[in-house]
Amino acid sequence: MFEFCADPSALPDWQWFVCYLTSGTHLAFYRSFVVVVLLLLVVAPVALGMGLLGAMALRSHFAPVTLLGRGYVNLVRGVPDIVFFLFVPIALGQGIEWVLHQINCPDWDQPIRQGNDFIVCREAKMPPVGASAWARDVYAFGMAVVAFALVFGAFAANTLFGAMQAVPRAQTETAEAYGMTRAQAFRRIVMPQMWVYALPGLSNIWQILIKATPLLFLLGIQDVVYWARELGGAKTSLYTYPHPDWRVWYFLVLLAFYLFLTWTSERGFGWLTIRLSRGQATAEGERQRRKGLA
Amino acid sequence: MKKLTLTLGAFALSATGAMAQDVVRLGSEGAYAPYNFINDATGELDGFERELGDALCERAGLTCEWVINDWDTIIPNLVSGNYDAIMAGMSITEARMEVISFTQNYLQPEPSAYMGLAGTDASVVEDGIIAAQSNTIQAGYVAETEADLLEFPTPDETISAVRNGEVDAVLADKAFLVPYVSDSGGELAFLGDDVLIGGGIGMGIRQTDDDLRATFNAAIDEMKADGSLNEMIVKWFGEDTPLF
Amino acid sequence: MRSCAESFTGYILRALGRDYGERLLPRGLDITLCDQLFLIASGLIWNIYFAGFAIVFGFFLATAVALARFSENPWLNRPAGAFIFFFRGSPLFIQFFFFYSAFVLLPRGGIDIPLGVVTLTVDTSPLTTAQVGGLLVLILNTTAYSAELFYGALRSIPRGDLEAADAYGMAGFTRFRRIIWPNMLRLAWPSYTNEAIFLTHSTTLVFLSAFPARQQSGEAFYYARYFVDQTFNPFFAYPLVAAYFILLTLAIIGLFGLANRRLNRHLPQEARPRLRFRPQYIR
Repeated sequence: MFEFCADPSALPDWQWFVCYLTSGTHLAFYRSFVVVVLLLLVVAPVALGMGLLGAMALRSHFAPVTLLGRGYVNLVRGVPDIVFFLFVPIALGQGIEWVLHQINCPDWDQPIRQGNDFIVCREAKMPPVGASAWARDVYAFGMAVVAFALVFGAFAANTLFGAMQAVPRAQTETAEAYGMTRAQAFRRIVMPQMWVYALPGLSNIWQILIKATPLLFLLGIQDVVYWARELGGAKTSLYTYPHPDWRVWYFLVLLAFYLFLTWTSERGFGWLTIRLSRGQATAEGERQRRKGLA
Repeated sequence: MKKLTLTLGAFALSATGAMAQDVVRLGSEGAYAPYNFINDATGELDGFERELGDALCERAGLTCEWVINDWDTIIPNLVSGNYDAIMAGMSITEARMEVISFTQNYLQPEPSAYMGLAGTDASVVEDGIIAAQSNTIQAGYVAETEADLLEFPTPDETISAVRNGEVDAVLADKAFLVPYVSDSGGELAFLGDDVLIGGGIGMGIRQTDDDLRATFNAAIDEMKADGSLNEMIVKWFGEDTPLF
Repeated sequence: MRSCAESFTGYILRALGRDYGERLLPRGLDITLCDQLFLIASGLIWNIYFAGFAIVFGFFLATAVALARFSENPWLNRPAGAFIFFFRGSPLFIQFFFFYSAFVLLPRGGIDIPLGVVTLTVDTSPLTTAQVGGLLVLILNTTAYSAELFYGALRSIPRGDLEAADAYGMAGFTRFRRIIWPNMLRLAWPSYTNEAIFLTHSTTLVFLSAFPARQQSGEAFYYARYFVDQTFNPFFAYPLVAAYFILLTLAIIGLFGLANRRLNRHLPQEARPRLRFRPQYIR
């Protein structure tokens, strides 16, 4: 990174630390924070989308769909989610390969499960044999996103369903009296208003999502926990920057990072609540009206 | 878990000409200095096996790419095709031969050693708590003895466990432990006698991949014959290491 | 191949250590379904241990922290607020890593606390074990979450009840024990039940993070993961451990439901709040 880093062993303390903190492995460590934020940003909309679908399924008047929605929500919530995080990627991975195997290799006569191995033909491998490292990373990350979105989608579905029910019934009735169809009333009346009721629940789910991101580590992804453990461990003189066991400091940094994330989110949601309450038939909306804010 | 491979950035070597599409992927752990470790200045894989692997690929005219994988799942991921060969200080053993095949050894059988805090009684080797990395020949060895085995997923954690007194000693390849002992300024020491386990270190290859094994065997032969392998061993392991 | 009875005797207590059954865990092709059934069940011993002790200790500590947080004295409520913020704002998974790596740095010989004439030596080495150190982290964590619930409940104790207490001339500890505490528990109980369930589910993280499993004795999920790594088949061990946890969850709901009935026994039938099954939020 810097000119003077060529021989760190001869440097005074502060320069040694400058070099140390800008070493190749540390840059990878800093990049892994981006992975966490990326995961949050990808999972949140996907989970919200799944939650919306789930909530609409729960509200549906068609019994099988309602049942499907209820099954999804209760199944995910009834199973400890750490089990889900580890189960989904591996089961989904094997499922995809199994399907590809059925399509691509119909004349394969050996069993797929041989003893403790899961063997599919070469064409059914996912990611494909010879895929680049980059593609494999994306695939592994995608699996994690699916697992997270499934779990948090079920949480969101429940919250959104409650929020839809909370929109004053008289308003949808009025809409229907004006000749709107059920779908129109949902789109024009329920959807815009439900968010303020959903916000406390969604804010809670978001906080839980933030605190679940370090579990990426268990999926074998090189995330912040992986690097903190890797960099913090004692390094011998074989390394350019030898140091004793510094793991506690690295994990302290992670704690600070997460505290910062949850703290800013809390403030963000606080602002959003006030913003969304404008003109709503809630106590906060009423308060703003009296103050002449809206 | 087996399906999820850790890959570390772009380890791709510069593609050499026409062979570019024929990439051979080498799996390593990157946590077992001096065999293989992540160079903390560059963030890339470094060590004896990195240098040897690159040299072998060059001689065989292959384009190679390095993949970092957890030790725990390094064999399953080879079998499932996430990479084509393992170079991770892996000893050739009967048990592993049931699952994968090996090239000839590129390191002679080396002693393993117990390391503990200086002043620890050597008898802990028989009845104390011994740390080892899980799924290693050392872990298998300790499990057979009367000592208490405490397994850790990474080599690093086994050393920390000795330092903080969680275990009485660690059993690992001596070459891995030497820098810890010499760096510690007398805090750490070898305990008891060295033990000889394993049949040398070789490259792990899928059993169906005979061509690749033959290619690497030929390249290793070549390096043994012209002495360049010995040079590399001395460079990374010192003068006392058994040579070819 | 082992018979099912052999698996039972070999593994049902294996989680306590290798002296309580087979010395080694089953490996590779040798693994039977009964092995998985009983070894994972034996791991539940530790889940119950962690959850049980954390809930009991956490309950009393949480009451104290909630009172401190509710107090008007800044020397009490500020630290209590900071404690709650720290443990609720960061992931339990990282807390395990952090405290483990902090505990291992404590001096091996123990810490000397001079108490005038005698010096008390505190042995810190057990803190690096999951059974003590991991439990401590769980206690602190659940204390923070429960304290926040109790604090919320303290704030919503009906004013009339407090006025009635004053009218009867109650003060100090009597007022707390007879009016404030029962009211706080009654209001917080449904959410506290959920907290107990979350906590039980988070015991699965103890051995997945930094704390090592000595002699391969771990909790249920540790063994489930071990089997999946060995057999590469997630379709038995994971659903099984999920089923065990659902049973555990139902047991907690049953126990806490009994307590809930007792807390609300003075209310008319229809006014009694019902416990709802709302589990599953990881921290």
